[in-house]
Amino acid sequence: MKNDLFELLWEALRETLYMVAWSSFFALLLGLALGILLVVTDKGHVLQSVPINKMISFLINGVRSIPFIILIVLLLPLARLIVGTSLGPTAAIVALSIGAAPFLGRIVENSLKEVGAGKIEAAIAVGASPITIIFRVLIPEALPALVRGVTIAIIGITELTAVAGAIGAGGLGSLAIRFGYQRFREDIMFATVLVIILLIQSIQWTGDGISKSIYNRRYKLE
Amino acid sequence: MILVEQLSKTYLTTKGSVSALDRIDLQIATGEIFGIIGVSGAGKSTLIRCMNRLEEPDSGRIWIGGEDITQLSGRRLRKARQKIGMIFQHFNLLDGKTVYQNVAFPLVVAGHPRERIRQRVREILDLVKLSDKEEAYPAQLSGGQKQRVGIARALANDPDVLLSDEATSALDPETTYSILELLKDINRQLKLTIVLITHELEVLQHICDSMAVIENGRIVETGPVAKLFLNPKSDTARRFVGVMEQYRARRGLIEGLGEGI
Repeated sequence: MKNDLFELLWEALRETLYMVAWSSFFALLLGLALGILLVVTDKGHVLQSVPINKMISFLINGVRSIPFIILIVLLLPLARLIVGTSLGPTAAIVALSIGAAPFLGRIVENSLKEVGAGKIEAAIAVGASPITIIFRVLIPEALPALVRGVTIAIIGITELTAVAGAIGAGGLGSLAIRFGYQRFREDIMFATVLVIILLIQSIQWTGDGISKSIYNRRYKLE
Repeated sequence: MILVEQLSKTYLTTKGSVSALDRIDLQIATGEIFGIIGVSGAGKSTLIRCMNRLEEPDSGRIWIGGEDITQLSGRRLRKARQKIGMIFQHFNLLDGKTVYQNVAFPLVVAGHPRERIRQRVREILDLVKLSDKEEAYPAQLSGGQKQRVGIARALANDPDVLLSDEATSALDPETTYSILELLKDINRQLKLTIVLITHELEVLQHICDSMAVIENGRIVETGPVAKLFLNPKSDTARRFVGVMEQYRARRGLIEGLGEGI
């Protein structure tokens, strides 16, 4: 019976990677939109609008207040509407994307706020439009911080997939709970944890690597 | 020609309202280098920042080349800004872009074709003597080089006016001198009107044709630079010139002693 270990692990790892990749992608899109809106609608910024700013902030805090396991349940009808099922990794992507987006929104907000006001003023002074300022000044200037923040978020999403796994999403978390915990298969429990550790480490290394290479190119003295 | 009429701006602070600009009138002729001098907090920075609307005046008008800058908004304001270059005390270069990309930025914003941009960037980098630094990032440059990139960026769109917001205040004296020489050259070569604000009298003395002294948000003295040095009327001008004279006298004394020995 022990020879099923690698098969189970491989299957679960693939499901996890699938969920993490797509959830990160959609959460990043949503998060970028939220974060950018938060920054540019802030007081004194290029598209200042206090009501919109307050509304987005409220929305983000609202979604972030809901425990993730409850959020999944709340979003089950939406998952069924979008992907046609409320079970499995694909259905989980809906909840994961929406659950992680507000967190990413805050991370994007933080990174973009690090861009000095002087740089934005210089762009305004040459006649740049708000859109140009967002895509050619804010995002490129904040890129090293953005990459570091997004790395944190992807790791967060990986952790969330384990939670989703507890209620039918599949993946490594689900494997650890169903086999390791509920069937007392300690070998699977340890192997799963080991794979998760390696996965998280490699995400962190990749993120650090990218961020560092951007940073070195810009700031390292020749 | 730049014409400022009755320009006022009040800031609301926790301690009440502060009048940063109080009914300012100013006339700057085309092609001259005009210096605005004042102590910190006198309102000079607010004044120059109103000229490209980085700061919104409460009332008054600013005419640049026959266009009332204070009446513009949206696309037309952005279009007008393309013809008003600005350089900053802390350079405000984009760290994520190379020298080339920084200078190209205003041209990209203006929507020029790639070939035209390349040609113009090369031309302008040649003018500020940074052709060998095209691929460098700002962090790899010295303060003086950074300001040269700032000047190149400000000139890229071939502006009618260059605004200089304390552009040499963060530089050492030697670099300050070279940047001032560059501004002087540009003024002559391109017939560009330059408005600069400073708290350094040497800067005025070195490159300005005319000047205005600003004190508590009011213009208290204006005219040719020579007049300020020969016959300062306002408190600020007297104080500035007085300090300079003091040092000059002291230096004369020390040199005199040296001869005696």
